[in-house]
Amino acid sequence: MTDTDLHPDDADEIDVSGLSGAPMVDLLEGFIRELREAGIPASLTENLDAMQAVQHIPLEDREAFKYALGATLVKSNAHWRAFETVFEVYFSLRGKQWAIGDDLDDVNPHDDDDGQQGEMPGQGGMAGSGGGDGMSQEELAEMLYRALMDGDQAMLRALARQAVKRFAGMEPGRPVGGTYYLYRTLRNLDLDTMLERMVNQRREEASSPLTPLEERLEHDEYNSRIEQLKKEIEAEIRRRLVMDRGVEAMAKTLRKPLPEDVDFMHASREEMASLRKAIYPLTRKLAVRLARKRRHGRKGPLDFRNTVRHSLSYGGVPAEPKFRYPRPSKPEIFVIADISGSVASFARFTLHLVYAISNQFSKVRAFVFIDGIDEVTSYFDGVEDIAHAVHRVNTEADVVWVDGHSDYGHAFEVFFNKWGKEIGPKTTVLILGDARNNYHATQSWVIKEIRQKARHVYWLNPEPASYWNTGDSVVGEYGVHCDGVEECRNLRQLEKFVDKLV
Amino acid sequence: MTDRFDTVQDVRDRLAKVDYLSDEGIAGVVYLADRLGKPILVEGPAGTGKTQLAKSVAEITNSRLIRLQCYEGLDESKALYEWNYKKQLLRIQAENDAGRTWDDISTDIFGEDFLLTRPLLEAITAEDPVVLLIDEVDRVEVETEALLLEILSDYQVSIPELGTITAKQIPMVFLTSNNTRELSEALKRRCLFLHIDYPDMDREKEIVLTKVPEVTEALADQIARIVRSIRQLELKKAPSVSETLDWARTLVLLGIEQVDEQAATSTMNVLLKYQSDIAKAMREFTTDKEGKNRFPKIAP
Repeated sequence: MTDTDLHPDDADEIDVSGLSGAPMVDLLEGFIRELREAGIPASLTENLDAMQAVQHIPLEDREAFKYALGATLVKSNAHWRAFETVFEVYFSLRGKQWAIGDDLDDVNPHDDDDGQQGEMPGQGGMAGSGGGDGMSQEELAEMLYRALMDGDQAMLRALARQAVKRFAGMEPGRPVGGTYYLYRTLRNLDLDTMLERMVNQRREEASSPLTPLEERLEHDEYNSRIEQLKKEIEAEIRRRLVMDRGVEAMAKTLRKPLPEDVDFMHASREEMASLRKAIYPLTRKLAVRLARKRRHGRKGPLDFRNTVRHSLSYGGVPAEPKFRYPRPSKPEIFVIADISGSVASFARFTLHLVYAISNQFSKVRAFVFIDGIDEVTSYFDGVEDIAHAVHRVNTEADVVWVDGHSDYGHAFEVFFNKWGKEIGPKTTVLILGDARNNYHATQSWVIKEIRQKARHVYWLNPEPASYWNTGDSVVGEYGVHCDGVEECRNLRQLEKFVDKLV
Repeated sequence: MTDRFDTVQDVRDRLAKVDYLSDEGIAGVVYLADRLGKPILVEGPAGTGKTQLAKSVAEITNSRLIRLQCYEGLDESKALYEWNYKKQLLRIQAENDAGRTWDDISTDIFGEDFLLTRPLLEAITAEDPVVLLIDEVDRVEVETEALLLEILSDYQVSIPELGTITAKQIPMVFLTSNNTRELSEALKRRCLFLHIDYPDMDREKEIVLTKVPEVTEALADQIARIVRSIRQLELKKAPSVSETLDWARTLVLLGIEQVDEQAATSTMNVLLKYQSDIAKAMREFTTDKEGKNRFPKIAP
């Protein structure tokens, strides 16, 4: 693999030389189409605004260009990341002035800044071979280590490129996603050890032993530098992929789902973190909305008796009309959640959400099961930090009966024998799980019994509806006894359901 | 109409002069808002300087700041205009005594003399340069938002009895939102969007140095680093910039030059407002010395 393969000359053909009038319109038109594909709602007026906005900023200023487009087209912070990705991909090749940075082959900071690295100048030629030869890896690691210690931005960027070139083993036309290359690069760099080494070094350098606080701060500092490095590496991989496959194809594969659309069951660690961040504002919004609904939905018919009674104090004149306000009773809610590995995160989010709006219910009780079942209501009593309680549920609840594989039938049976009599006509029962029963007995009569006693029984299934009743999923058998079986794969669907429930 | 700013950098420099440290994004959007004549919808966590931005822009452009604080139940008589009933009654009374007929009076009690202007109308009719700040717009109901739409897109107010009042000049308009609910599409579409997040470490340090001049460089650096670490924890309420500043002032007042665990523990309540958050932060920062395993590993 030579460098020319990576930098096809036709990249310059898309150069938007004039950057005004028609070419600019076309360029933005395409960009907005990509945004819409990624799920960002960009309306026609916003489109026009964007066109107007870019006339007012210097086009060679990439940052300003990005903010001009961002301010006019993206109207929610949750969409910003998706926008950034599309932007990076779409404009990474549009002529020289849009390049993410200067190409490594043109500018090589190692040679300029780091004279002592005698071996480095030779790298350009050998890099493509995948870095199998002895000199590369340790040397690179050493330089990276030093750059991280010094926090040298330019150096880090250059090294990130070098690392990608050497370790990712990218080949043109190979149908693998960017994550694969990222994984390969990071595995070779072994950043965990690097971090530890840096903290250790810092510890040795310090005159007096570091206090935990200081150590923590140092750690966070290095951690953020490493995060920075990872971003550089990702950007470099993206840039190379776009060069190889073209903008349209890459925009599709690199598209990141918006936080509310992330699938609970297949969320990556990073996505999980963004989900956790998203859930707090979501619960707050939901609580505000529900409280308002309750307050405003209070228009009732005239209460004749009450009005007459009050008219006595006005000498029989009905001066103070009284109305019969509806008092919708708050439902009592039982959450029964499967917390086995496959659906644990879904249960976690739902419990979190239900408890965050628990003042909308007269009582909330939570049960969790895998093959045994346990009540966890007490974990949430008087706890401020719901996330902490949910964490305790996952670690402390006694939910394993035999082997720790989901057994819905047994769990339901135990539930019904132990707590069944506490289900009353005001109770809404919420069952969370994928109903993958490992071919155990379903005991669906339990659900039928519960249905007869309770006000409603709902089943939330985090699997896509098309997977239901395949393999060992028996959601259909339970479903016939429920008031509703809902597909609940992401925050958006979960929010919708909770809204309906209250 | 003349432009208020020459370049993005100009915005930035002038904001810095009034002690508001902006970044590329903030300055860029303010500049665009001026050029396009569009309102800015500023969103972000509490205490990151959303309202301050509007105030600072008013200051650097020598404009009067007109502020409309939104709350649930805000209506047009508080936001737009109201007829001055008392004055109208007096007028009727007076004219009656003078022996004029109803027909004469009814036409002139609905004139501009009898109009009480509220913030939005005031901003439109102002002769001098103004900056209009509509604060916490997410607090009004969705239906009330509609009040704002006409003024935001066309800078005009329609009064049934009087006709349409158009702006004499286009004011800078800032709307702030704490994002407690989703704003309507119609409102968002009319605005430029600006999200102000917690500043990065360097900017926060600069802010501390500017706003609390007594602080030493080393202490400011330490403060910024500790605050960054705290924000990485999962807290109910992450410390805002204003809380960082409060903390810096507290440390200065207590004469603390170097934040150690002792100092951090005793002043953490300035930075964090929930007991559970304080406990969590303390747990994270003051546990065992052999701390290698207590840090989360970085994923490959």
